[in-house]
Amino acid sequence: MTHHLTSPISEEAIRGLKVGDQVLISGVVFTGRDAVHKYLHEGGELPDGVNLEGGIIYHCGPVVLKDENGEWKVVAAGPTTSIREEPYQGGIMKQFGLRGVIGKGGMADKTLAACKDHGAVYLHAIGGAAQVLAECIVRVRDVYMLEEFGSPEAIWELEVHEFPAVVTMDSHGESLHKDVHAMSEEALADRR
Amino acid sequence: MRGLRESLTELIRRTSAEIPDDVQRGILHGLEQEKEGTIAKSALEIIEKNIELARRKSQPLCQDTGSILFYVDCPVGLNQVEFEAEAREAVLAATKLGYLRQNSVDSITGKNDGTNLGPGSPNMHFHQHSTDEINVRLMLKGGGCENVGAQFSLPNTALKANRDLDGCRKVILEAVHQAQGKGCGPGILGVCIGGDRASGYEFSKREFLRKLDDRNPDPKLDELEQDILKTANELGIGPMGFGGKTTLLGVKIGAANRVPASYFVSISYMCWAFRRHGASLAQDGTISDWLY
Ligand code: SF4
Repeated sequence: MTHHLTSPISEEAIRGLKVGDQVLISGVVFTGRDAVHKYLHEGGELPDGVNLEGGIIYHCGPVVLKDENGEWKVVAAGPTTSIREEPYQGGIMKQFGLRGVIGKGGMADKTLAACKDHGAVYLHAIGGAAQVLAECIVRVRDVYMLEEFGSPEAIWELEVHEFPAVVTMDSHGESLHKDVHAMSEEALADRR
Repeated sequence: MRGLRESLTELIRRTSAEIPDDVQRGILHGLEQEKEGTIAKSALEIIEKNIELARRKSQPLCQDTGSILFYVDCPVGLNQVEFEAEAREAVLAATKLGYLRQNSVDSITGKNDGTNLGPGSPNMHFHQHSTDEINVRLMLKGGGCENVGAQFSLPNTALKANRDLDGCRKVILEAVHQAQGKGCGPGILGVCIGGDRASGYEFSKREFLRKLDDRNPDPKLDELEQDILKTANELGIGPMGFGGKTTLLGVKIGAANRVPASYFVSISYMCWAFRRHGASLAQDGTISDWLY
């Protein structure tokens, strides 16, 4: 089933999502990867202008260039591996009121528990689909902490339109990653 | 070889932006296998769309443009020093043109000087042969899939894998299971049975130079390849690990001699964004034919 999500997202909308649902995300998403997560986890404050309440963090280090008019343009923007943020994600979710995390590869128990407690989901984007995903980014609204963290690690505020992803961890304690792992383990045991 | 630099730049562009036909056929076949309305199907549809978009826009298929691996088969007289220098210039040009991301980091300082040049980058493999032909192949191998490669030393008690082909089968399937959800599947395996730790991985990568739909001339290895492909696709892992029928697109296995005391199985994993192309070069360095 395909759902349209527009940020900021309500808890109710999130609670209505289940593992395996496809979503098309519109509105604003903020990129954040290793440096940002570590910084926030260590008590760093969000820069002025960044509001994550009801929002989405995208694990992505985009390739962004300035065009002739001095406007930022996203050239490639696929997801990066999420599990590196596992120690920080749950806490950040609750502290800043995140409703969704986009990435690839899924996350583990701590994040899954936080999704359930707080009401948030993990959204799996298609790894490697750099061109398709870049086309869904209609505008770069702003960039924060570019000096401190450098381009791939900075917080990019992106306006997206119908960005495709799949709910692989929901707010009811379900994880597609766990399910597929267990099922394939069993199938493998029969075929060893 | 005045045309060489330009030819190599074009080889890099094509490799980065255009998936080879044999791989695309594999993805289309996967698409047919997956059931309508499943997330596996829609993942493959997005992948297929991405392939078309990258080709049309002549832009990188994936933002991780990978390690740059050149394989050159050349006659005895070819000046390899000059060839390598031209390859470096081509890498620099391709980076400026955006065919390659600034993707190479000094391992000690963590600095990225934006050139994609440095120790081991690009990585050159020369092989002399006794004909006049110059064939150059290029593979761009991303980090996500490289990270899930695995090397096993047999016997492996935990997996009950002995020093025989059945033992090889067990550890290879284990690697497929471990790789799920990582490395952007559906994947392709390149495997080397034997060798030492270094040559094992080296040979496993060379298997990716084979066409996806070729068959192994060694009947035993052919049987193993077909068996692993079939079995892996019965595990239900699917594209991106979402569940589904398309876990692997291909399995390529080679063997190298080993010393009696060692028995390594080295497995390289390639993501769906399987970027490799090749060209035959004329004596002036211009491209006379494409190899894939
Ligand atoms: S594993 Fe392949 S498709 Fe995935 S991000 Fe890396 S290079 Fe791209």
